[in-house]
Amino acid sequence: MTMTIKKLNEIKEQFAPIIAERLHENAHPCKDGKRIISLCAGTGCQSSKSLVIRDEFVKILKKKNALDKVSIVTTGCHGLCALGPILQVFPEGIFYTGVTPADVERIVDEHIIDGKPVKDLVYKETIKGDKFTSVEDTKFFKKQKRIALQNCGLIDPEKIDEYIGTGGYEALYKVLTEMNPDSVIQEVLDSGLRGRGGAGFPTGKKWALARPNKADQKYVACNADEGDPGAFMDRSILEGDPHCIIEAMAIAGYSIDATKGFIYVRAEYPIAVDRLNIAIAQAREYGLLGKNIFGTGFDFDIELRLGAGAFVCGEETALMASIEGKRGEPHARPPFPAVKGLFEKPTVLNNVETYANIPKIIMKGSKWFRSMGTPTSPGTKVFALGGKVNNVGLVEVPMGITLREIIEDIGGGIPGGKKFKAAQTGGPSGGCISAENLDVKIDYDNLLKIGSMMGSGGLIVMDETDCMVDIAKFYMTFIAEESCGKCTPCRIGTKRMLETLERITEGKGEEKDLVELEELAAYIKDNALCGLGQTAPNPILSTMKNFRKEYEEHIRDKKCIAGVCKKLLQYKIDPNKCKGCTLCARNCPVNCISGALKEPHVIDQSKCIKCGTCFTNCKFGAISKG
Amino acid sequence: MSKSAIAFTGTKEQEKELKSFISAHKNDPGPLIMIMQEAQKIYGYLPVEVQEMISKGLNIPMEKVYEVATFYAQFNLVPRGKYHISVCLGTACYVKGSQKVLDALEQNLKIQSGECTADRKFSLDSCRCLGACGLAPVMKVNDEVFGKLTPDKVPQILSQFK
Repeated sequence: MTMTIKKLNEIKEQFAPIIAERLHENAHPCKDGKRIISLCAGTGCQSSKSLVIRDEFVKILKKKNALDKVSIVTTGCHGLCALGPILQVFPEGIFYTGVTPADVERIVDEHIIDGKPVKDLVYKETIKGDKFTSVEDTKFFKKQKRIALQNCGLIDPEKIDEYIGTGGYEALYKVLTEMNPDSVIQEVLDSGLRGRGGAGFPTGKKWALARPNKADQKYVACNADEGDPGAFMDRSILEGDPHCIIEAMAIAGYSIDATKGFIYVRAEYPIAVDRLNIAIAQAREYGLLGKNIFGTGFDFDIELRLGAGAFVCGEETALMASIEGKRGEPHARPPFPAVKGLFEKPTVLNNVETYANIPKIIMKGSKWFRSMGTPTSPGTKVFALGGKVNNVGLVEVPMGITLREIIEDIGGGIPGGKKFKAAQTGGPSGGCISAENLDVKIDYDNLLKIGSMMGSGGLIVMDETDCMVDIAKFYMTFIAEESCGKCTPCRIGTKRMLETLERITEGKGEEKDLVELEELAAYIKDNALCGLGQTAPNPILSTMKNFRKEYEEHIRDKKCIAGVCKKLLQYKIDPNKCKGCTLCARNCPVNCISGALKEPHVIDQSKCIKCGTCFTNCKFGAISKG
Repeated sequence: MSKSAIAFTGTKEQEKELKSFISAHKNDPGPLIMIMQEAQKIYGYLPVEVQEMISKGLNIPMEKVYEVATFYAQFNLVPRGKYHISVCLGTACYVKGSQKVLDALEQNLKIQSGECTADRKFSLDSCRCLGACGLAPVMKVNDEVFGKLTPDKVPQILSQFK
């Protein structure tokens, strides 16, 4: 069908009120008298069985003849993945966390039928005496500003009508009917939006570079090959709000005169792939993709291409090679993709989160966008907060916020009363930030200044039990494995660096290793072909700069203070504390602990594999590690 | 390139399915990876025999297929076990001890990561980020995700599949 603004408005009028009932500020009885159960079905919550819970609700509601009392919606990610599965009940806006299938019957009986929320399952921070407060006021959500994630957790991502209900596809209509391509690019330029994939290149500039290049076919591509380990921002957007990416790509297509788009998405994200396929099919059916969109003569369609598991394909030239069905090896630039990209044609490639900002910038204007963030990095950034932090999850914050606010306020601090050691941003291309920089305002430029980078948004918190040499080794293992092998500095250089780190963590390090690592790092940075190689030494350089003492302890004293590097560890039994309970000896996988019942035990160091089983099993704290 | 030690047992139906997919997509722009992904879906892995079918179907040298097959982590040149275990070694899982979980699995199954047990029941591998960082450390057994793992939970989880 051909979509018209009249039809679009009709759908919006029908669905906007339905979505409004799921907003916390609108906590009034729902129009049809029903309650709404809104259930998170993102990867995090699905992994903790949210779909089983949905089926359980249907089963129990049926059994109790209460199916007509509720409508159930499944949404994308709320961000608080650590406490999943998450479900909300409206109109009260009760935020349940950690629900199990066994809890469903109680929620139905007590809340859905009797109207009393099940207090012990409600997110603790929203309980104030007998009242329940809005989840928006909790520490995790309060400092967040959701722009890219605006619809995630709110709408059903498999229903295009719900996206339209939030004002979806209005931005596309606006550019097609009220703006010319140059004014679209100007608006994006004025907004100051920078690429959220990591490097921070101004998005408007990218489009402006591609616009004047004439060709029989031009392309728009979306980089959804989120390869940084520990990063899942883009996945959540694709799972929770796939239509906003489609709309943004069509806008980009109009502005550079491209009629075809490709989304390159990781095959490891099956839910995102399904929802994108559904979204593309729905957009085609509504005439929002295809020929003559909104009757304006503009044609645009999108094809999905699945990545096949290669980190280097996040690099733009490698990604395009992969879409073309080849080995994902990068090539030197220039020519830049804006001149010669996909299939040798001018191409604009942006990351998922970058696209997610576009429809909002078009509707609300560049001034509004610039009212958030810092002058050189306007807007917000989504971070995947992980590692040693209580509230593991997805957070969107204005640029300029400090790491301390993210970790301590939003993240709820470090579990087990442990001490903060480092925060890693930028994945394998980034660096480890130490405690002294916790109060630096986060934006593209400041992160570079302190030896890290924005990267795509992975933010891993580490505590005193993490060894920074081991972390550097972890990243170098990753890079050495993922190096495509095309250029020598990266193929061989990263391998040599890894070998040196392996020696250091095995107690065979020498003083000269640190000098050699620095020399090699500088050489790789200067000579590698693509961004992967040029940034590969960063994890080593930043840990060597900020945690040099740990490297020196490994090399000089053959000690790993965090107790991670196995070969530098020794487990010992304190004969004064050992009760001779035999628990350690019985659990030791290599039978290297001996001793009679009720007599102190001894570990045979020559046989010990340092697995730590005895250490975790001992009930008397008699085993020490060091 | 040598043939796998495990004999190829593809059927006529599988071959027909692959061939019809190839003829439907061979004129798409850059179709090779897409076709290889479909072939792996049909056969479970990409032995030389299947790569040859693709090379013939697309009329491109075998070398082009093989270079792509060996470049991407997703393509398996040897079959997997009935239960394929993939332990996440992404950063968030790693700092929460997923390496120890992998060590425990290797010990329990008596195979190394990247291998398959002799009875072809279990194969073991690591991956980089399933995106379930909230449940770290995690692993997948086929499509089922197990989260908040510790090495001592390994035997009990495996016993469900033994």
